[in-house]
Amino acid sequence: MSNLVLLTVLLMVMAVAYQIGLVRSKRMSVAAVDGGTRMHSRPAYHGTLVALWTVVPAALIYMVWSFFQPNILNSMVMSQLPSEVLTASDNELRILLNRIINLSTGFGLADEAQAYELAAAEMLRELRNQGNFIMLALMASVASAGLVLTWRRIQPDLRARNQVEVVTRFLLILCSTIAILTTIGIVFSMLGEALRFFSFVSPADFFFGTTWNPRFSTVGTSGQTGFGMLPLLWGTLMIAIIALLVAVPIGLMTAIYLAEYAPSKVRAVAKPVIEVLAGIPTIVYGFFALVTVGPFLNMLGATLGLEIRATSALTAGVVMGIMIIPFISSLSDDIITQVPKAMRDGSLGLGATKSETIRKVVIPAALPGIVGAILLAASRAIGETMIVVLAAGNSPVLTANPFEAVSTMTVTIVNQLTGDLDFASPQSLVAFALGLTLFVITLCLNVVALVIVRKYREQYE
Amino acid sequence: MGAMQMTFSDEKKPTPTSGKVKMAARDVKVFYGDNEAIHGVNMDIMENEVVAFIGPSGCGKSTFLRCLNRMNDTIDICRVTGKVTLDERDIYDKSLDVVQLRAQVGMVFQKPNPFPKSIYENIVYGPKLHGLVNSKSDMDEIVESSLQRAGLWKEVKDRLDSPGTGLSGGQQQRLCIARAIAVSPEVILMDEPCSALDPIATSIIEELIDELKGSYTIAIVTHNMQQAARVSDKTAFFHMGDLVEISETREIFTNPKDRRTEDYITGRFG
Repeated sequence: MSNLVLLTVLLMVMAVAYQIGLVRSKRMSVAAVDGGTRMHSRPAYHGTLVALWTVVPAALIYMVWSFFQPNILNSMVMSQLPSEVLTASDNELRILLNRIINLSTGFGLADEAQAYELAAAEMLRELRNQGNFIMLALMASVASAGLVLTWRRIQPDLRARNQVEVVTRFLLILCSTIAILTTIGIVFSMLGEALRFFSFVSPADFFFGTTWNPRFSTVGTSGQTGFGMLPLLWGTLMIAIIALLVAVPIGLMTAIYLAEYAPSKVRAVAKPVIEVLAGIPTIVYGFFALVTVGPFLNMLGATLGLEIRATSALTAGVVMGIMIIPFISSLSDDIITQVPKAMRDGSLGLGATKSETIRKVVIPAALPGIVGAILLAASRAIGETMIVVLAAGNSPVLTANPFEAVSTMTVTIVNQLTGDLDFASPQSLVAFALGLTLFVITLCLNVVALVIVRKYREQYE
Repeated sequence: MGAMQMTFSDEKKPTPTSGKVKMAARDVKVFYGDNEAIHGVNMDIMENEVVAFIGPSGCGKSTFLRCLNRMNDTIDICRVTGKVTLDERDIYDKSLDVVQLRAQVGMVFQKPNPFPKSIYENIVYGPKLHGLVNSKSDMDEIVESSLQRAGLWKEVKDRLDSPGTGLSGGQQQRLCIARAIAVSPEVILMDEPCSALDPIATSIIEELIDELKGSYTIAIVTHNMQQAARVSDKTAFFHMGDLVEISETREIFTNPKDRRTEDYITGRFG
């Protein structure tokens, strides 16, 4: 039985169980009113409770079973293999297991199957069928037990409403845990690979090295050189700084106009339109940089007597700046709007003009929040990939000249992970070390930004 | 409460008025969009006297108060017709500088609203804007004199650099009064200045108003009738956008001419 069918059946069972609970509860409430009492909970809660007790335990069994069954069955099958086959290396055994699994699911093999492989595949198929049958039987019995027991529990004094409340809370906790666990999972998956990288290259060479030139040797020996990340970090920071130099003034002015001057009709149209900028896919920004902005800056440089490369830190930074304008304008607009009207009235009442009020009272009051918005935009700029892949020129050298081509950490990660490379080589593993570093940088920026924003929020409450 | 138990301000000390009309309103109407909130108010406010505006919620007393320094300009849909004069000059005249007007007619708001700056910066904010101070010593002087007049100097003189928002509610409101005084206004408008304060802070503010009268013309909106009786020379009763009655405070509370005024001050509605 496929998962989809099983899911459909579970949902149908849930609907039926709900109806069963509902019907019993309605009958009972009529009887209860005749008997002079009343039901603690309304029928819908009884129905929900019955449905939950019927389906949730069965679903849990399904999840746990599906998680453990393949591994248990695989090891059972592998232990049955002829002993001379088992002497092979781990890697070969893994390939063998994959062949057996493919055979057992009817996927077939590219070459001829050995006799012992066919036997093992047959055994795996048998075991799997048995396992699935036991699982289904277990699910069915648990579901019916849940249905019957809960059905019998429906009495006027059953506090179904409160019990549903508890279940709801657990569901919500479960969902929020998933997001948190994912973050932790990402960190650990990168941490493992990054540590493997540091067994090839010393952390000091990586963090403080000034040359980025990993030779593409396939032998994973220690003492490799050319893994200094400073040129990449510098390129990342330079582009982010250029982006902020573009985005902060424009974004802030936009926010001030929207919050303080724009009539509500203009604001209602302009704000979503500006936010569209944030929704444009970054690869499209990349095209824009490559085809339009780069050549334009090049030409501009030529007329000014400057040598500006078409793909340079400047090109990437300017386009990235355009991309993050809405982050700054939208967040700052919200924050400026939150500054209490009393604050403005106080200033206007003392005879300040509107722009004096904005400069001397509103912006200082909103400043912590605006700084938070800028930091959030900065972390977005640092993590941005596609624009720099296309427009920064991919030249990992330490240069202070923004008109030169540079490379960033994100671009390098893409370069190191694409192409025909052994995943165990430091050339690939360095991507994880870079990724982890990038993650830590943006995480720090985000935490600082959130702390600042929160501190600001408390000020007026 | 009976009208007879009230304390009246003229029992304490008579206000030295010059008998000159400081501000006058003639047929002032205020519209919010198409809705007429004030229906033609006429009023004279004499120099150096304290006028209290009383009336049930939504009667238009705050709206009228905000006409006197054109704070209603900051509300987009609000429109004012009629004539308001300050020293016989029309304040809604196109040639008039509204910024200058608000320096002459200061305002204290319902909720204390010190800027999120230091106490010192709060006081010098207005004087700096209007170029009233040129040196550090000017500023020190204006900070001290304004805080003295607002009765706050002793409490804060050792922490002028700490934020104004860190003061208690009553102190914040006195800081706002000091801030308004610092630009040397001629008229001070107070929009329910004590409604967010506890009784002790309220009585300190009331004493302060008593100190200030004679030097400033004061218009105060209040919900508290004893307060109106205690601090004001004249009282104006507003009802549903009309100025029902204005006269000497004692007269209003002991011998109201209009039935609606009597009903309100004896607590029959409002």
